[in-house]
Amino acid sequence: MMKNVLAAVAVFLLLGAAAYASFFIAPTDAKQGLIYRILFLHVASAWTGLTAFFICFIANLLYVWRRQPRWDWLGVSAAEVGLAFTTVVLVTGPIWAHPVWGIWWTWSPRLTSTFVLWLLYVVYLMLRTLVEEPDRRALFSALFGIFAFIDVPLVFGSIRWWRDQHPQPVVMGEPGSGMDPIMYKVLFFSWFAMLALMTLLLRQRYKLEAMRSDLETMQHELEEA
Amino acid sequence: MTPLEFFPIGLRFENIEKRYGGLLALRRVSLAIAPGECVVVAGRNGSGKTTLLRVAARLVRPSSGTLSFSSQPNNGEEIAVRPGFVAHATMAYDELTAEENLLLFARLLGVAQAENRVETLLHEVGLSERRASLVRTFSRGMRQRVAIARALLHEPSVLLLDEPATGLDPQGVAWLAAALRRLHDSGRTILMSLHGESEISSLGTRAIRLDAGSIAADTRTGATFRSILTFADA
Amino acid sequence: MSLLPNTAVLLGKELRTEFRSRELLTTTIVFILIVIVLFSFTFDPTSDESRRFAPGLLWLAFLFAASLMLQPCFLREQHNDTLSALRLSVSDPFAIFLAKLAANTLFLLLTELFLLPFFAIMYNVPIVPVLHWLILVFFLASLGISIAGTALSAISAQARMRELLLPLLMLPLLTPILVASTEVTKALFDRAPFVQWKGIAFLAGFDLVFLTALWLFGEYLLEE
Repeated sequence: MMKNVLAAVAVFLLLGAAAYASFFIAPTDAKQGLIYRILFLHVASAWTGLTAFFICFIANLLYVWRRQPRWDWLGVSAAEVGLAFTTVVLVTGPIWAHPVWGIWWTWSPRLTSTFVLWLLYVVYLMLRTLVEEPDRRALFSALFGIFAFIDVPLVFGSIRWWRDQHPQPVVMGEPGSGMDPIMYKVLFFSWFAMLALMTLLLRQRYKLEAMRSDLETMQHELEEA
Repeated sequence: MTPLEFFPIGLRFENIEKRYGGLLALRRVSLAIAPGECVVVAGRNGSGKTTLLRVAARLVRPSSGTLSFSSQPNNGEEIAVRPGFVAHATMAYDELTAEENLLLFARLLGVAQAENRVETLLHEVGLSERRASLVRTFSRGMRQRVAIARALLHEPSVLLLDEPATGLDPQGVAWLAAALRRLHDSGRTILMSLHGESEISSLGTRAIRLDAGSIAADTRTGATFRSILTFADA
Repeated sequence: MSLLPNTAVLLGKELRTEFRSRELLTTTIVFILIVIVLFSFTFDPTSDESRRFAPGLLWLAFLFAASLMLQPCFLREQHNDTLSALRLSVSDPFAIFLAKLAANTLFLLLTELFLLPFFAIMYNVPIVPVLHWLILVFFLASLGISIAGTALSAISAQARMRELLLPLLMLPLLTPILVASTEVTKALFDRAPFVQWKGIAFLAGFDLVFLTALWLFGEYLLEE
């Protein structure tokens, strides 16, 4: 119990430090003023979401190979946590775009790819609700998760190429947009703080899933008896 | 591809467990079937008979435990075996004719001289005249005969049958009993699930009762045939 | 190696079954025709605009059609439990997938090629000079759609709400195909048509990646 509280406090402090850095340490951007600082939240969330989905991918592979329920628990936890961070990206996109460009949405490579990514993992979670038998649910979602993740580079690659054909308003931090070295440092620190948050959320969600699974097993055993 | 040389093969279930979610269909079932035995499995619906057979057919992957085949009664060298399997369902395409179905599976199995083999089997099961009819038009009894023909295409050493007499009229049952007797006499190992006593159950050299996924009685360990086959439905 | 002979035999079965009833082909063709007509109400099909929107519409129509056409793929194998019969008979379960995806690619390609002239006439786009390139794009894209769709239909056949589930599974996954095919087709429909080699290479790459994934994981999709 104490460990959990300490961990949560540590993460909270890290996030606070990252926020401070975003506002006070990173230099001002000449063209965009204050709003550009949302980039640190936006890009760090994107990277963290991808990290979570990568963990999901590894968990999926391990489940198919080993068939141990804990890999299924890790997979669904990582997918949900990844989806949460990905949602942050999709929400901060318009928040950034509107003051800068006057439009709510830009089909920039990151935003577009992130949207598809978001849809892929929403479908992953929906698939789980549509397969009742737990072992099959775990196997099918693991297999779909594997297909989805290997699709990710293809999605990002194809959309980036498409962007080259149809230039779109660019969110800061897109490849090639160029940033001050201090901004990079703040960005990486923000990412580090987000990864700490991700780990915390993963652990909680995993424990919840383990309990839920035990409950399901007990319910079935009761029904049988 | 030439078919394997036929010699008797036994099978062995070791601690086979199969769970579907919280439901244990098979609970650590261990069973050794000697080459040439004809084993009858009885049990209520839901006792695990179908699962046991499907595990033996390698259609169902057990949650734990191993299944092996060998030509020695106990722990012989393992061989790759393709059992013949007859299930509840026809396992044939409604939209193809009897002949097309059998040819399809014969070719997939790599049966030598597939056309001749199919011809022979159609004759053996008494469907030569209906060879060019779509399986969709077949009665239950005729479908069962297609299923049996399909199971025998590659001359398997091991035959697995899941309640094969279901839906057959008395003539059909008599025919099936005769066919199984011939197969058993030729040395094939047979594992079949049945619902009760019949002409077919009398072919068994051994009987086992499954109850909620476990072996509750075995003629090998003293139970009588009759008691196993005429259990009362609780 | 009996993978290829098994695949050939199974492919024969798939083709024979479909050409006997022609159910899939006819319903898919009609569906795409309907979509093409409906699309025409969403913009002005004059020459310029249609050249811009046509490729995207074409590929959207094909994708939607495919997500419907691929549903029966494994669903029909549940009838009479023929899937078990196949699993018992083939030496490598990948043959089942290979045969089905080959058949599905062929069916998709046939419907696409059948509809292409109608599309060209209705939207006023020139296809004759670039026909062979179009066929190449259609083939590579249809292959990719079939590979993913065949694999996913094995999943949807065993889930609830399967009619809606397959499009949900397929469409986000096939985004790269939509993007690449549209770009290549757009280049071919251009006033000065040219071949987008990057796009074609991308499609081929997609096909290879997913075919490999299916080869590695296919047997688990059929597991009981």
